[in-house]
Amino acid sequence: MGYTLYDKLWNEHLIRSYDDGDSLIYIDRHFLHEVTSPQAFEGLKKKSLKPWRINANIATPDHNVPTTRDNKFSIESIEDNISKLQVVELDKNCNDFGIKQFNINSNNQGIVHVIGPELGLTLPGMSIVCGDSHTSTHGAFGCLAMGIGTSEVEHVLATQSLKVRKLKNMRINFEGSIQEGVSSKDIILYLIRTIGTAGGTGYAVEFAGSYIRNISLEARMTICNMSIEAGAKVGLVSVDDKTIEYVKKHSNLEANLINDAIKKWKNLTTDKEAMFDKEIDIDVSKINPQVSWGTSPEMVIDFNEKIPSSSIFSAEKRKSLDLAKNYMGLSDNQELSDLDFDKVFIGSCTNSRIEDLREAAEVLKGQKVSENIQEAIVVPGSGMVKEQAEKEGIHKIFIDAGFQWRAPGCSMCLGMNPDQLSPYERCASTSNRNFEGRQGNLGRTHLMSPKMAALTAINGRIVKEI
Amino acid sequence: MKDFIEGIVAPIDRDNIDTDQIIPTEYLKSIKKFGYEDYLFDGWRYKDQGRLGMKKGERKINHEFILNNSPYDESKVLLTRDNFGCGSSREHAVWALRDFGIEVVIASSFGDIFYNNCFKNGVLPLKLKKTEIEKLFSLSTDSPVSISVNIKDKVILFKDKLSIDFELDNNLAERIIYGLDEIDITLKDSELIKKFEEHRKENNPWIFE
Repeated sequence: MGYTLYDKLWNEHLIRSYDDGDSLIYIDRHFLHEVTSPQAFEGLKKKSLKPWRINANIATPDHNVPTTRDNKFSIESIEDNISKLQVVELDKNCNDFGIKQFNINSNNQGIVHVIGPELGLTLPGMSIVCGDSHTSTHGAFGCLAMGIGTSEVEHVLATQSLKVRKLKNMRINFEGSIQEGVSSKDIILYLIRTIGTAGGTGYAVEFAGSYIRNISLEARMTICNMSIEAGAKVGLVSVDDKTIEYVKKHSNLEANLINDAIKKWKNLTTDKEAMFDKEIDIDVSKINPQVSWGTSPEMVIDFNEKIPSSSIFSAEKRKSLDLAKNYMGLSDNQELSDLDFDKVFIGSCTNSRIEDLREAAEVLKGQKVSENIQEAIVVPGSGMVKEQAEKEGIHKIFIDAGFQWRAPGCSMCLGMNPDQLSPYERCASTSNRNFEGRQGNLGRTHLMSPKMAALTAINGRIVKEI
Repeated sequence: MKDFIEGIVAPIDRDNIDTDQIIPTEYLKSIKKFGYEDYLFDGWRYKDQGRLGMKKGERKINHEFILNNSPYDESKVLLTRDNFGCGSSREHAVWALRDFGIEVVIASSFGDIFYNNCFKNGVLPLKLKKTEIEKLFSLSTDSPVSISVNIKDKVILFKDKLSIDFELDNNLAERIIYGLDEIDITLKDSELIKKFEEHRKENNPWIFE
């Protein structure tokens, strides 16, 4: 009998099991941001508790920060007073408790799931939590990483542990080579379309197969990031040479320490004989670029398909499809390419890494954003991504094409800062959720890859051919 | 102690109600743990765009939405379909339900993180079979009904007309019944955690750098 990667990580972190089926697991790394932490810090203060292990915690403001700021920006300049208060609170709590924070002016500030790996704070084999569902991103490094609620944030601060129930094991085998113009975003959107937004509920999902082995850590992060959109709070990839190469490049650990670590990390793979509760094989060579049409990340079609007709679905399903079409201003059998777009957003913890920006810039080189597009913004995931892009001259390609080159943050993925859609505006977005009102009240989101978003920016519409 | 809940059922016949629908991001800007009652299902409950701090009285009410109409404005039980609470980890979604007065949410399945968050705040998420959900919808759709949820005996009752047994782990039931503080409970294992930590540090020093 063999173990799955998830089993190994679980056993490695298991402090104790309770009679009732719950277990207590040890938490190696805890990322914090301004939105889901203030109530947890307040709870800690009320109980006169201190964080159990201060240096397990790393904080950065990302959700509320304005992306139009420059290096000299101060928190005081945040126009929305309520947003400001949250960023101020994070600052205050980090100072009060001595927690390391990359503040709004730090070059290392960024979306928490982008900065973790690039600063070497995400290491293979770690258990990682954050009050944010996209914490699954870090699973790309063979980590046991998951999103938690604010009560759990408080629990982790106070006890360095989390009470959880073991998940079941699922493996998705992505085999084959992708077609030209297809990226990891298309692969994960296709999976969600196939298994549904509850398809992975109750499972830790390992992504495997020749496709996964061949892609970069950045692309693996995009896939693990959206495992929560398939219902799975844990997404994983076994460690390989690529993982180790990435970590070596980004870590500040001493050479002898990292060499010891590597010996251990190499075991962070699923054993050949391991059994999964569920296994799904997907041939990636048949997958086309994917675009979401509705208000759930499972409402996805090929870029050149028509809006599905509700009549072919069961009565139960039909209702939610009709509600989605109504919200999105769509009718049965309408061509996706007939829709006029108003805004384009390239960014979010799903697609704001250097590779994503390169992918979009390649399309935008020498091109102009369509006159019909009112606003096209690109929001790098972190200060480091921004700096790297500027070094490569990518920012110039975006700016010359008519994009606005912004400062790092979550931005229009959820519109907690001023980057929002107005009612009925249609947006080509590289983010992860197309829920009603997600990018702004009554806004209409279409999820897609950076490449497709760039093409939509140029054409003002989804292209018919690639 | 809360082992028995009785209240009006509010049926919302939708799948995949995500946490952004339960409470939009605008209201996540609050740094408080309470005061979210007026923002529950904000996008469906009102016809205008709200801001944190605005009260129900200042908003354009959507009278077609069930929770705006008597007696559903005092519902304690929310009835929905599949995958309720999918999406983000925001505990604000549970706080909004709790502050509105919802004590039980019935669905055929739940988002994992939302499900966990419920038990930390005294809101009971009840998973029922689709056939049972259907029964409850036919019972509650045309006119308001009040049902009782007995957490100890794990049964839902409507007068003598309907009885549905449900499954719920005892430890989860106890969290709702007694509202235990989990941090206090875990800290009883402090020594165990410390020992584990020392061992982990010895074998994986790079994690503690």
